[in-house]
Amino acid sequence: MTDYRTPISKVRGLGAAKSGVGHFIGQRLSAIALFLLLPVFLVAVALNSGSLDAIYALFSSPLGAILTLATLTAAIYHMRLGLQVVIEDYIHKPASKLTLLALNTLLCAALWIAALYSILRIAA
Amino acid sequence: MVALTLPKNSQIKSGKTWPKPETSGKLREFKVYRYDPDAGGPPRWDTYYVDLDDCGPMILDALFYIKNKIDATLAFRRSCREGICGSCSMNIGGRNTIACTSGIDEYKGKITIAPLPHQPVVKDLIPDLTQFYAQLASIKPYLQTETPRPEREWRQSQEDREQLDGLYECILCACCSTSCPSYWWNSDKYLGPAALLQAYRWIADSRDEATGERLDDLEDPFKLYRCHTIMNCAQVCPKGLNPAKAIGKIKELMVERQA
Repeated sequence: MTDYRTPISKVRGLGAAKSGVGHFIGQRLSAIALFLLLPVFLVAVALNSGSLDAIYALFSSPLGAILTLATLTAAIYHMRLGLQVVIEDYIHKPASKLTLLALNTLLCAALWIAALYSILRIAA
Repeated sequence: MVALTLPKNSQIKSGKTWPKPETSGKLREFKVYRYDPDAGGPPRWDTYYVDLDDCGPMILDALFYIKNKIDATLAFRRSCREGICGSCSMNIGGRNTIACTSGIDEYKGKITIAPLPHQPVVKDLIPDLTQFYAQLASIKPYLQTETPRPEREWRQSQEDREQLDGLYECILCACCSTSCPSYWWNSDKYLGPAALLQAYRWIADSRDEATGERLDDLEDPFKLYRCHTIMNCAQVCPKGLNPAKAIGKIKELMVERQA
């Protein structure tokens, strides 16, 4: 098939989506949050990894539960944003791309709900 | 979902080794990409020997030597031979640059010359830059104003003029865009470093009255945000510019206008 579309028409495509800033800000804010939270979380887990009871005690203390939830929320949100970029970069077939983007969002949401439920169950 | 085989004609065969010139001078070996779509068949690497005692100091001089004295069928673009037109951009020794300002003595051993990567090839070292130019046109690289035109020129303070340093010098050689992996994978939607550098050049221009519209047109996950600061653009720019920095400035303005 001969392509009669002009180069500028192809480059303009469907126009600007008028979004992307939110993603940019979210990715950086979650990165800062992880930078601060992750070391504290890992140290807290390491210090309490002696027994199952110690870990339970950490997750059920107010500070430990909030720290764990904050860390997991930032990590899962950051992963969701990062994987989205990977899929957009490398998957070019529209159907596969949309399916994977939807799966990414749904699986990350499921993961986050599971994390939320687990910690609240121990803490509450 | 994933293409497991390369498209037709993407594997380069070894080509002809041209006879060494009969000379007592110092010879240098050049491996040059050759492709003629009219002849059909895959591209090939041809080997040439250039007499350095009978040739100027630059890579472009060596290409002239090959074309004038060995093989007149070699096709390449060139014009100003002094780094201001951007015509002779190509991949030399595995790195995008312009042939006229690259010295032969900057390279060790055999020198490989190929067209700019990831663009359709018209012939030999000549890429088809239609899309690249369309991307530049799409960012409207000219002054846009609503205020009636002043009787004399649009005025600008010296400080405002300095904001354009490091931007206006771009010669549109396409070295940066064609070295960018993000541009390789998504150039149908990502504008690429060269067009975005020019976009920022007009966003940063104090005389322009369409700054908001310019930002509107760039606010897109692909047009702008495919830049992952890989920095190949700044590495290869033969004019020493930093397109990634300009893209970072655009991203800063996008955040600034949200708050």
